[in-house]
Amino acid sequence: MPGFGLTMGYTMVYLSAIVIIPLAALFWQSARLPWPRVEALLHDPELMGTLKLTFGLSLLAAVLNACFGFVTAWTLVRYPFPGSRLVDGIIDLPFALPTAVSGITLATLYSENGWLGRPWHGFVEAVNPAWHACASGINGVLAAVHVSQALAWAGLPDGIASDLPEQIAYTRLGMLIAFIFIGVPFVVRTLQPALEDLDREVEEAAASLGASRRQTFWRIILPALLPALLTGFSLAFARAVGEYGSVIFISSNIPGKTEITAHMIMKKLEANNYPAATFLGVVMLLASFVMLAAINGLQWWASRRGRGAA
Amino acid sequence: MLKNVFLALLLVIGVAFSLVSCGSGGGKSVTLYNVSYDPTRELYADINPAFAAAYKARTGIDVTIQQSHGGSGKQSRQILEGASADVATLALAADIDALAKAKLLPADWQKRLPDNSAPYTSTIVFVVRRGNPKGIHDWPDLIKPGVSVIAPDPKASGGARWAYLAAWGAALKAHHGDEGAARAFVTALYQHVPILDSGARGSTVTFAQRDQGDVLLAWENEAYLALKEFGADKFEIVAPPISILAEPPVAVVDTNAEHDGVKHVAEEYLRFLYTPEAQEIIARNHYRPRDPGVAKAHEKDFAQVELFTVDDVFGGWAKAQATHFADGGVFDQIYRKR
Repeated sequence: MPGFGLTMGYTMVYLSAIVIIPLAALFWQSARLPWPRVEALLHDPELMGTLKLTFGLSLLAAVLNACFGFVTAWTLVRYPFPGSRLVDGIIDLPFALPTAVSGITLATLYSENGWLGRPWHGFVEAVNPAWHACASGINGVLAAVHVSQALAWAGLPDGIASDLPEQIAYTRLGMLIAFIFIGVPFVVRTLQPALEDLDREVEEAAASLGASRRQTFWRIILPALLPALLTGFSLAFARAVGEYGSVIFISSNIPGKTEITAHMIMKKLEANNYPAATFLGVVMLLASFVMLAAINGLQWWASRRGRGAA
Repeated sequence: MLKNVFLALLLVIGVAFSLVSCGSGGGKSVTLYNVSYDPTRELYADINPAFAAAYKARTGIDVTIQQSHGGSGKQSRQILEGASADVATLALAADIDALAKAKLLPADWQKRLPDNSAPYTSTIVFVVRRGNPKGIHDWPDLIKPGVSVIAPDPKASGGARWAYLAAWGAALKAHHGDEGAARAFVTALYQHVPILDSGARGSTVTFAQRDQGDVLLAWENEAYLALKEFGADKFEIVAPPISILAEPPVAVVDTNAEHDGVKHVAEEYLRFLYTPEAQEIIARNHYRPRDPGVAKAHEKDFAQVELFTVDDVFGGWAKAQATHFADGGVFDQIYRKR
């Protein structure tokens, strides 16, 4: 193994300096919090509210991103159209924009007098009676199939809102849009190379063996892409969980309603309560770790299954 | 041995020389670093050139003043964590007390300058939409049905704490010192707040640019700035009959100023704030001046408001902070009831 010692040493030093030491400091700081205060924090309904909201919305945004990111990546790879290079470049913008800039932009666009908020307001006024009937129907179905409990856990105790919000900014819907905005590039960028590597011959073989288009998609294409899709999904999810700048301006920051955990950490810092702030950081870190480990396990399972099938 | 002593001597002389040349302005220029809070941006942009000119005229030394602005609590933390502020001009005495606790300046800093070390004052007023469609004139009007109030988050911003305490104090006076009534009023008030921005400027933008809410609780000087910035034809300032006297304090951060060799200039800078010239600039920036003469000249620029202090009503900042804004304090309790 030529150069093993050098590269390994470099990797360890680099990882320690950049990742491990700061994280260890986080744990160290939070360890200064006496146990009764830890208990009080863990039983704080506000903290639970922010955690549920942060993880619930991030998960929902990542799921939506996985679906629509898939379509976008598919279109860009399979159907090159005039200007597709430009669209391809635009995908990266949420990466490149300072998060505060995107946050302020989104809040301005989606508030009542914004470019998108104004038409939305008109739309809601026209459509709300119909929506009302529709939502109670949907909620009835959700209750019947026991999905309501999952929704309640994700911070939506009443199921789907029976009235559409008058404006998107300053609601959870607005926060969801911000989370989707920052997550798009992760899914598209991880799927693109996997899609490009996909052999057309396999699809042709499936077709010549009599598989329908639907069968080809579900049994040939999707299993091959699943590992990449899951990677993109977990990246988008992780990014949303840790997001601050782009969501803080479009949220109304009402504790228990629209407050994310990162904002709560900021408030603890404002009160010079470093141990509590770092403790919340550790809680988020552990929660993210568990969820990402679960997703990784799923990915490992998917790639093994994919290889086994091939 | 002798050689070592000689070298040490040389070193001492060298250091002394360089210190002297820094301190007395041998290069004929000094730099001051003023760490301040958000709404003073425009004020110090006017004050600094005036001070530089006055100082140059008297001593022949050029002063450059670097400014930094941000939330008062955040700025205080930055100084604690090593930002080399020579003077701190913050929103709350508590934020400078935090520096005193870390021994960056003496505990009795607030007695070093006149008027509790606050050369200008301000208060909390209401900004309403043109024509005052909801008829907002006094604190109780804020909790009328259908009125929505925009105010920043007291847990996240120093300025927001002034607005909260103003509401509490006004209710307390209206109900002859009944704490329960004050608590009920403030509880109701924050139920009328749909959006809690994390700073005073954020709330102003939410109210003025995004058309949210009917009333904005704002610093008096911010209210005037908002009118100038977002159109005097769209908004009106309503001064309630009673409000809080905000005394944003200033102090030399001794340890840093001595280290930079600019303590003398820093002291001059802060004393300059009390001169009629600076007080005039202060009044023009919609802060209430301390100087009686300047105050008289600008009498018509400021509404007549009965003002109470944090010391009178809440027994000082430290106490107000612990009772109302600490974790599990009154603000948390009234908010949890929503």
